[in-house]
Amino acid sequence: MNDLDNNLLNVINEDFSRENAAYNIRKDGVGIERNSTEDATIEPKKDKEGIDVYVKEGAEMAYVHIPVIITKGGFSDKVYNDFYIGKGANAIINAGCGIHNDVHADSSHNGIHRFFIEEGATVVYIEKHYGEGKGDGKKILDPVTEIHLKKNASLKMDTAQIKGVSSTIRTTKAFLEEGAKLEINEKIFTHEKQTAKTVFEVELNGNKSSAKISSRSVASENSHQDFISKVVGNSDCYAHVECDAIIKDKATVTSDPMIVANTVDASLVHEATIGKIAGEQLIKLMTLGLSKEKAEETIINGFLK
Amino acid sequence: MLEVKDISYVVDNKVVLDKVNLTIKPGLTVITGPNGAGKSTLSKVLMGIVKPTSGSIIYNGEDITNLSIDERAKKGFAFSFQTPVKFKGITVGDLITLSSFESESFISPYEILSDVGLCAKDYVNREIDSSLSGGELKRIEIASALVREAKVNIFDEPEAGIDLWSFDNLSDMFKKLKTKKDTISIIVSHQERIIDIASNIILIKQGKAQVVNSKKELSTIASKCNDCKGGC
Repeated sequence: MNDLDNNLLNVINEDFSRENAAYNIRKDGVGIERNSTEDATIEPKKDKEGIDVYVKEGAEMAYVHIPVIITKGGFSDKVYNDFYIGKGANAIINAGCGIHNDVHADSSHNGIHRFFIEEGATVVYIEKHYGEGKGDGKKILDPVTEIHLKKNASLKMDTAQIKGVSSTIRTTKAFLEEGAKLEINEKIFTHEKQTAKTVFEVELNGNKSSAKISSRSVASENSHQDFISKVVGNSDCYAHVECDAIIKDKATVTSDPMIVANTVDASLVHEATIGKIAGEQLIKLMTLGLSKEKAEETIINGFLK
Repeated sequence: MLEVKDISYVVDNKVVLDKVNLTIKPGLTVITGPNGAGKSTLSKVLMGIVKPTSGSIIYNGEDITNLSIDERAKKGFAFSFQTPVKFKGITVGDLITLSSFESESFISPYEILSDVGLCAKDYVNREIDSSLSGGELKRIEIASALVREAKVNIFDEPEAGIDLWSFDNLSDMFKKLKTKKDTISIIVSHQERIIDIASNIILIKQGKAQVVNSKKELSTIASKCNDCKGGC
């Protein structure tokens, strides 16, 4: 790995470590480094591009890193990764993709991730997306995440698109059984003429299952964002969806929430807020000596932290 | 010394401040008066949050009327809002650290939060949002101004939302500020106990300001209503 690779890796996964962790580093469509541990095994798929990750039943804490870096301009990559998390296991999985594109042609990466999380298992899933490069070729990322949570299993997903991604369609689907818990925190920043579309589809099928989805985004310059979510309550369940967007300059944002209660015991909440930075927030920070520009930066950085 | 010269503020043809002239010296100055009299507006004019229609503000001989909010902050002004501002993602610790950035002596978030009656470890990592109660937000707001160790401290109704139990701590803090050399502290307040500790009292009534020499004089003037003959 050269300096460029290491820099990209560091931006999308600053916690990356080869010690005590299972990992698979994919560069320009090829797995370049792979390691398994006692608790987590990574195997390449035989029928298509991608890997299968197995976390052992009862694993106390399995660390898995599966970063993807694309440094070739005009390169398209599609990968299928499946995660099988054993009963009662605990795992922290770091994914993410960084694209460096210095040429005219578009570069893209589509990561299709499926999680099969067995009874009582707990997963923290962290995913960061980032694009850079001097060329006018687009940096396109279209991740798909499918989550199956068995009884009392839980998944917390922190997903962030930091900057530089020209176009993205992020699709997340989740199916929750009894007592399962899902928490998703999404942060998106778009600028220039970028577009970002987020689609969440969550089905709460088991009693006492719950979902908390929070999307915070900043759309600046001429960018556009769409937030689409559909949460279906089929049981005695609880869900809270919050979409909060700051718009700047000539950016536009649409929020299209849908909550569907198929039983009287489903309790579902959706909150959506879109607006510019509150003037009172800017004034407060300016009373502390921050310039208007610095105050704005501080508010946005805090919002997307 | 802070001089307010012929300051007027007119909005929608309504005169909110009417040729206000004041000289504010180091010590504790309380600005009081009826609701809607223009007290908060005057405090915001001093900080640069509201731009006056006419008149000037002179600080230690320098005309600061056209200085922005942040430029006044850099000159040593601090402001505590009547209604605390909420943020998403910014924690109590972040705000206090930002606030103390330019203060001369370093005061830790832990120290200043305990000064306003909050157990710091329970608060530093909390976001300044609706999960905090009105009283908690108010104390954090006051702490964010106090930690700046400013030369001109302006508090807009600091007692609003503060429970009686904490009120003694609040007035103790103002007593301490009063003794600070070369420090001007201005408090917009209706509270008798804050007026009691003031070095100077300014009454704002219908946009006009007048210096009042004692609390007794304040009661006499305040009870007179200019709008009706029978008194009210």
